[in-house]
Amino acid sequence: MEIINAKGMDQGDLCALIKKERHLDIEIRNCCGQRYIGCGMKKTRINIIGTPGNALGAFLDGASITVDGNAEDAVGDTMNCGSIFIDGSVGDAAGYAMRGGKIFVHGNAGYRAGVNMKAYKDKSPLLVIGGKAGSFLGEYLAGGTIIVLGLHNPKNTPLTGYFCGNGMYNGKIYLRTTERPIGLSKHLLMNKVGEEEKETILRPVIMEFAAAFKEDPEKILKADFIAVEPDPENRYRELYAAI
Amino acid sequence: MIRNGSIIQPRFHVHRSTECVNCRKCIAECSFGVHSWDEKNKRMKADSSKCVDCQRCVVYCPVDALSITRNENIMHPNHAWCEDSLNEIYRQAETGGVLLSSMGAPDRKVPSYFPRILLNASQVTNPSIDPLREPMETTTFIGRRPESIERDLNGKLIDNLPPHLELKEPIMFAAMSYGAVSLNVHKALAMASEALGTYWNTGEGGLHEDLYKYGKNTIVQVASGRFGVHPDYLSAGAAVEIKIGQGAKPGIGGHLTGAKIHGDIAKTRMVPEGIDAISPAPHHDIYSIEDLRQLVSMIKEATNYTKPVIVKVAAVHNIAPIASGIARSGADIIEIDGFRGGTGAAPVRIRDNVGIPIELALAAVDQRLRDEHIRSQISIIASGSIRNSADAAKAIALGADAVSIGTAALCALGCHLCASCQTGKCAWGIATQEGDLMKRLDPEKGAERLYNLVHAWKREIEEIMGGMGINSIEALRGNRLALRGVGLTQKELDVLGIKHAGE
Repeated sequence: MEIINAKGMDQGDLCALIKKERHLDIEIRNCCGQRYIGCGMKKTRINIIGTPGNALGAFLDGASITVDGNAEDAVGDTMNCGSIFIDGSVGDAAGYAMRGGKIFVHGNAGYRAGVNMKAYKDKSPLLVIGGKAGSFLGEYLAGGTIIVLGLHNPKNTPLTGYFCGNGMYNGKIYLRTTERPIGLSKHLLMNKVGEEEKETILRPVIMEFAAAFKEDPEKILKADFIAVEPDPENRYRELYAAI
Repeated sequence: MIRNGSIIQPRFHVHRSTECVNCRKCIAECSFGVHSWDEKNKRMKADSSKCVDCQRCVVYCPVDALSITRNENIMHPNHAWCEDSLNEIYRQAETGGVLLSSMGAPDRKVPSYFPRILLNASQVTNPSIDPLREPMETTTFIGRRPESIERDLNGKLIDNLPPHLELKEPIMFAAMSYGAVSLNVHKALAMASEALGTYWNTGEGGLHEDLYKYGKNTIVQVASGRFGVHPDYLSAGAAVEIKIGQGAKPGIGGHLTGAKIHGDIAKTRMVPEGIDAISPAPHHDIYSIEDLRQLVSMIKEATNYTKPVIVKVAAVHNIAPIASGIARSGADIIEIDGFRGGTGAAPVRIRDNVGIPIELALAAVDQRLRDEHIRSQISIIASGSIRNSADAAKAIALGADAVSIGTAALCALGCHLCASCQTGKCAWGIATQEGDLMKRLDPEKGAERLYNLVHAWKREIEEIMGGMGINSIEALRGNRLALRGVGLTQKELDVLGIKHAGE
C-alpha cells in the first residue's frame, strides 16, 4: 500500500499524484477538502483519512473508495461502477445520476441525494444512507435503489425532508420507518415491506452496511421498512397535444 | 367537416393534377397516411387533414402531379385572433394538452436581425482580395487562451496552451441526439465532419459504438440526464460539451418517451428499453456558477485535462453576465444558442416566447467579455438560425469565433421543416427510428451533401472576406466596423454595437 500525506497539498497536485501512482492500493492521510479524488478511476482502491472535498469519486468507473470521516457535495456524481464507503456524513447531491455501483454512507446525507439515478442492464445503482436524508431525496429516480436507515436518530424525527421521490418513474426507495414521507406525491405508492422482500433485497445490503460500519445487522433488520415506488396506475399522463 | 369529433380544419390542401398515373408512389412515400387508393372509384385520393407539408410526395411524384398549398379556406379575418391562434385554442379545448411542436420558432413578429445587417467591402483603399488566386485563411482555433506567455530560465517559450479544437472553417454541426435523429444522420454528420476538418456533436443521447472511430471530429455532450455518460465516452471525443440549455426551449428539460427507446438507442443511452428517458430541466448538481465550475473540473479531471470543455446555454435576457460567469468557471468555450434554434420537440409556448435572438445575445456577450478583459481567454460559438454563409460571417463579425448549424444541416439532408419531428414519422428518414423510414437517408450521400453545403459556405465566406480586403478569419472576428444596420432603432444598433448604414 502506498501512503500519500495530503497535508497542505493542492487539489490538482493530489489528483495528479494519485493517477501517476502505479500502486493499486493507496491511502491518503490528512485529506482536507481536496476535490475530485478518484474521478473516473477504474481499478485503484483508495482509503482516505480526513475529509475529501466535493465530487469525490465522480464518474467512478470501478475503483473503490473508503473514507474515514465525512465527505462533501456530489459524492459519486454520475458514477458508472465501483464502490464508495463513507464512515461519516455527506453533503448535497450524493450519487447524482449514478448508473451503477454503490455508495454507503454511515451518517446523514444532505439535499438532493440520489437524484436521477438510473439502471442499465446488469447495472443497478445502490445508495444506502445510515442516518437521515435531506429534501429532494431520489427525485427523478429512473432506476436503482435508495435505502435510508434512520440510525442515530434519538429524537425520532422524519427520515426524509420535503419532496421525497418527486418525479420518480422507476427504481425504489426503502425507508426504515412506518411513517409516510412528508408530502409524498400522489404519483407514488407507499407500501410496508414484507418479510420476503426484506430478507431477499434488504438483508444482504444491511449485512454489508453493518460489516463496513460495525453496526448490529439484526437490530437494523428488526424494525419495519416501507418502500416508495411509482404508482403504475397513476403515471405522468400524456401531457402534450401536437400541432 | 368534423373529423373524429374535431372542429379543426386541415392546415394544408393536397392537390392532384390530371397528370397522375396512379402509380401509387405517393402512398409508399407518405409516412403520415395521406394518400390512398379508392378502389370503388378507381382513383387516388388524399386525406389533407393528415398532411404536414413535408413535401416528400411532391418531390418523389414521378410525373409532378402533386402540389400542396395552405388550405384555401379562410377563417374570419382578424389580426388579433389569427387562424393559427384559433386552431391552437380548438386543439387545447379538445385535448387539454400542452401544445408541442418542433424545429425553431416560426413566428415572423420577432425580428430576425441578420437580414437587417449589411457587410462591408473595400473600394479604392485597402484593396479587395480574390480568394481563388490568393491565400485565404479560414482555419479557426477554439479553446481557452493563456493569460500570458511564459518563458523558462533560458528564455524559451513554455507551451502553456490548453487543449484546442482546430476547425478548417468556422462552421461546426450543432448537437442533435441519437433518438431525436436517426443513426444515419449521426453517421452522415460524423463522416462529413471528418472530410471537412470540423466537428459534429452527439447531443445528449450518447455516442453509438460504431461512431467511436470518428472521435477526433466528435464533441460529446453531457446533459442533465447524463445518458450514456461514462469515462470512456468523455474521452472518446475531441471535446466535451455541458448542455445547460438550448435556444428552442430555454429552461425546459427533455423527455424521450419509452416507445422511442429500444435496441441501439437504449444501449447508447444506457437506459432500459421501453422506459421514458427524462432529462430534468436543470442539472441537479449545478445550482450556481461554482457548481458549474465543479462539473467542468470533474470532466477535465476524468479526461486528464486533454479535452476542452464547452458550456452551451440558451440566449436569455441576462446572457451577458451568465456568459461572464461561464468564462470564469474554467470552461474553454461558450456556445450560445439563440431564440430560433431548432429542436426535435418543444412546447410551442416556450419555443415561440422564451429567449432572445442570437444576434443581440452574441453582441451583448462579446461586449461584456471585452469590457471585463476576458474575451481573449475564451471562445464563443453562436447558433440558432444560421441560414447561410452571410449569417455566419455576420455572426463572426458580431463576436463569434465559430458558428454551429443544426437546422441547415438537416435541410441539407432533405428536411423540409414540417416541424413534425416529435411524431417520429419523418418521411425524409431524419427524425425517425422506424426501419423503413431510416433507410431513406443514405449516410454516405448525406455526408456528401453536408460536405458540399459547408464547403460552399466556406468559399462564400472567403469571397466575403476577400471583398473586405481581409485574408484571415481572425481579422473578421468581432470586427463590427465591417457591419452596418438598416432599418434598426438606435437602441438595437447600440446593443449590436454597429452603426447605421450611411454612418
